[in-house]
Amino acid sequence: MSEGIGAAVKRKEDKRFITGRGKYTDDIRMENQAYGAFVRSPHAHAEIKGIDTSAAEAMDGVIAVLNGKQLKDDAIGDIITGWAITSKDGNPMNVGAWNPMATARVRHVGEPVVIVIAESQAQARLAAEAVEVDYEELPAVAAATRALEDGAPLLHDNVPGNLIFDWEIGDEAAADAGLAGATHVTELDIVNNRLAPNAIEPRSAIAVYNDIDDHYTLYTTSQNPHVARLVLSAFYNIAPEHKLRVIAPDVGGGFGSKIYIYPEEITCLWASMKTGRSVKWTSDRSEAFMTDAHARDHVTKARMGFDADGKIVGLKVNTVANIGAYASLFATATPTYLYGTLLSGQYNIANVYCDVKAVHTNTVPVDAYRGAGRPEATYVMERLMETAAREMGMDPAELRRRNFITEFPHQTPVIMTYDAGDFHALLEKGQAAADIAGFAARKSEAASRGKLRGIGYSCYIEACGIAPSKAVGSLGAGVGLWESAEVRVNPVGTIEILTGSHAHGQGHETTFAQVVSDRFGLPMDNITIVHGDTDKVQMGMGTYGSRSGAVGMNAIVKAMDKVEAKVKKIAAHTLEASDDDIVIEDGEVKVAGTDKKMAWHEVGLAAYTAHNLPDGMEPGLKEGAFYDPTNFTFPSGTYICEVEVDPETGVVEVVQFTAADDFGTVINPMIVEGQVHGGVTQGIGQALLENVVYDEDGQLITGSYMDYCMPRADDVPSYVLEHSTTVAPSNPLGVKGCGEAGAIGSPPAVINAITDAIGNNNLTMPATPHKVWAAIQEVGLPQAAE
Amino acid sequence: MYAVNYHKPASIEDAVAAIGGAEEAKILAGGQTLLPTMKQHLAAPSDVVDVRGISGMTDIAVRGDTVTIGAAATHAAVAASSEVDTVCPALATLAAGIGDPAVRHMGTIGGSIANNDPAADYPAGLLGLGATIVTNQREIAADDFFTGMFTTALEDGEIITAVSVGKPDRAGYAKFRNPASRYAMVGVFVAQTGSGVRVAVTGAGEDGVFRHAGLEAALSSNWSSEAVDGVDVGSDGLMSDIHASADYRAHLIKVMAKRAAAAS
Repeated sequence: MSEGIGAAVKRKEDKRFITGRGKYTDDIRMENQAYGAFVRSPHAHAEIKGIDTSAAEAMDGVIAVLNGKQLKDDAIGDIITGWAITSKDGNPMNVGAWNPMATARVRHVGEPVVIVIAESQAQARLAAEAVEVDYEELPAVAAATRALEDGAPLLHDNVPGNLIFDWEIGDEAAADAGLAGATHVTELDIVNNRLAPNAIEPRSAIAVYNDIDDHYTLYTTSQNPHVARLVLSAFYNIAPEHKLRVIAPDVGGGFGSKIYIYPEEITCLWASMKTGRSVKWTSDRSEAFMTDAHARDHVTKARMGFDADGKIVGLKVNTVANIGAYASLFATATPTYLYGTLLSGQYNIANVYCDVKAVHTNTVPVDAYRGAGRPEATYVMERLMETAAREMGMDPAELRRRNFITEFPHQTPVIMTYDAGDFHALLEKGQAAADIAGFAARKSEAASRGKLRGIGYSCYIEACGIAPSKAVGSLGAGVGLWESAEVRVNPVGTIEILTGSHAHGQGHETTFAQVVSDRFGLPMDNITIVHGDTDKVQMGMGTYGSRSGAVGMNAIVKAMDKVEAKVKKIAAHTLEASDDDIVIEDGEVKVAGTDKKMAWHEVGLAAYTAHNLPDGMEPGLKEGAFYDPTNFTFPSGTYICEVEVDPETGVVEVVQFTAADDFGTVINPMIVEGQVHGGVTQGIGQALLENVVYDEDGQLITGSYMDYCMPRADDVPSYVLEHSTTVAPSNPLGVKGCGEAGAIGSPPAVINAITDAIGNNNLTMPATPHKVWAAIQEVGLPQAAE
Repeated sequence: MYAVNYHKPASIEDAVAAIGGAEEAKILAGGQTLLPTMKQHLAAPSDVVDVRGISGMTDIAVRGDTVTIGAAATHAAVAASSEVDTVCPALATLAAGIGDPAVRHMGTIGGSIANNDPAADYPAGLLGLGATIVTNQREIAADDFFTGMFTTALEDGEIITAVSVGKPDRAGYAKFRNPASRYAMVGVFVAQTGSGVRVAVTGAGEDGVFRHAGLEAALSSNWSSEAVDGVDVGSDGLMSDIHASADYRAHLIKVMAKRAAAAS
């Protein structure tokens, strides 16, 4: 079947996207629409002594000027942290209170203090500049390690020492014992650099309050409109869920940053009620840099011990995670259960221990971003493995081979039960595709051009789906992480799929339709995917953690199971056969082994005319399902990067990048390739280019693209992609997820390749020309290039 | 952006009048710096006077060994100009490497040098070539024109109309791009001209574009990489930021000087 599972079907949604006819939040205009502009803190840390809005209120077009105290007085709730972490001493975590607009104190540059509502965006912004906020500056701290020091500025009265929690996983005594008995110990200090997400579409919201029905509608750039409605209702007291509709129309990229329900969206809803006007706010890029949740920002000390055969005998990891000024929705889960649980990597390690201290600082809140915890874990594991191999004089691939897990299911010492994988096969596929045998010749050819060529590996495993609900609930999650779907077969046989997953670039309109097309043998054109509107779709948990395939699509499968059962009953009744003898093929419903059949649409019509249904059967053909997985899924892969370094300038060129991935069942290989391209490019961005920099006083230095460096097309090579597949045993489709793998697996491969090229392991991300040049100066040029 | 009055005069006289009649006028030549600055509310002129419609402002013409480039000629026009290529291909190459295609089709040579961004390319090219900047009031030698970071010898209301460049014996430009902005983090223009060897450095100096006497002396005696190797380029007076320390910039000045000399 040309449009079914495994077909490289072109994306249905691209026609509107590439012809500029997508409908994004900012494209929507409401009647009676006014514009919001925020007054934001220019200080990293300050007391608010007073706010004078009189000049702003008198300006042309100004409708209202509203502050955080008014918002609090109206009982709008503080912003919540969605995952409760318990410290190793048994105490619950301490997180500072987060007002949607600051009332008494600001804790990072860009924190909203006042919203101005005006007739035009220009008027709103002009008036915002006229608001006078009297600040008394306080000492600030931006680096997490410094925030833990005695005497560091304290952000929240209820968070002593700025320490949110001190969490651990694994057995420390066992890890210590393993390390004590090791014949070789590799020790690394690792920094995982802070990133800004930079979705191409900035965040936007239009809040529409209808006083007749006391009803709110929010159009917003969300990856999970139902979660937004739930949180806005249950915690922020905007309105009960039946009086609040959240619509996430076309959304231009999220990468995690559009999971969260931010101060601006909450404030716009409240301001719409206060003013009786529809209130639109669209972030500009400068606001995005200082308000969209940042990512990563770990400082880690890691020790890995080996026996004489190169077998890992112990791993101990101590990490300080910068959470920012407030603990955002998944901020506490990311450096714990999405990080420490992956510190066994692809390896059979008996003893793993990890301790994580999460810290408040005067910076933008940090949260989950493409990979969320798994890139940080993979970076630790794969930098250690490569470094250890070099220190022990071993081939880095051979060291990994000796430690690979080969039997499944495999219980790691850090919670996860890996259920499938073939790490040897991935490594072999990757090595073959990367032409490892030819590397020496390529290196010497590069040397003849004055370039240092290096190679680096990364063998990653990650966990997708973020489920089962019961498991995440036991670890502190505030929500269940299932997904729902509804399959509506119309009387003419066409199908609408309602899904709680949300597409913001992933191509669900195509892949989800392929799964349905495959099941019933119908053309994709007869299938429509409906998502992103809480009034249309029953419920959903949204899209993040590479879960739309592993969880969302399997909910559709469950609903299709029910549709199929009913279709078979109707056909069996009509064709006078047994249910068990009915098969559905190529859009026809047949009695197996006979020429008796009905067209698919005839069954649909029969269901709705209800003239001749089995006794007791309800009319109609519409089924829903909720799917809660029994395990995470575990994509894995081997990435091999080759770089050439210009020793004169330190410029790194990624000349070859090979990705061999195991994503389980692949629905659309072209879309999966696109996900790998995007993910690897983001990973190369982290490794070479991207870095959020604060100065010591908490001022954001990288507040624009003049200083924050995004990857461009000419920064990356044409990728070489390979697949080796083991299906995921935990779900009916056998899919594992592919959205984040590229960003998870690639950074260590890049850094391992550079450190190989220059012969100096003392290098941090991003490996800018300046840093690489300095690292070369530190040790001198490798012999071959002189 | 704040509300602003927009003028598009057809003559220098009208432009001068528009500037004179405004509370605070800014000349708009390509807008590649001015407009983003205004959007961010970092500049708030009462009026902008767009000089791109002034007759002759985009002309490029060769007379003898000299090419004269209208101040409103875009980077793309300079890059594609056979006249510029005839007199100084290195200048066409420089123009072809500014920003990206969108910038090159809007940005102009006059706008670039009037702004004198310390990381812009043209200041290095024009200082390196010993060009002459022509205004509605006078002619200014490049050596006298670029007076410091974002500052020039231009008087209030003075409008650049053209730039004249004489044919060098040889010239070359090499730049090291800032990874984020892709402006020059270090750009070096080298030229052998009738009045001697000139080496101009952009992107690196705390006071903007500057000539480097040591490199000029070395290349005067021996136009080669080896000669550059022997020069001591110190880091005094060089910028240091999150992208590059002064030491790294000093190192890159030598590397780019060698590459520029090799490209000439």
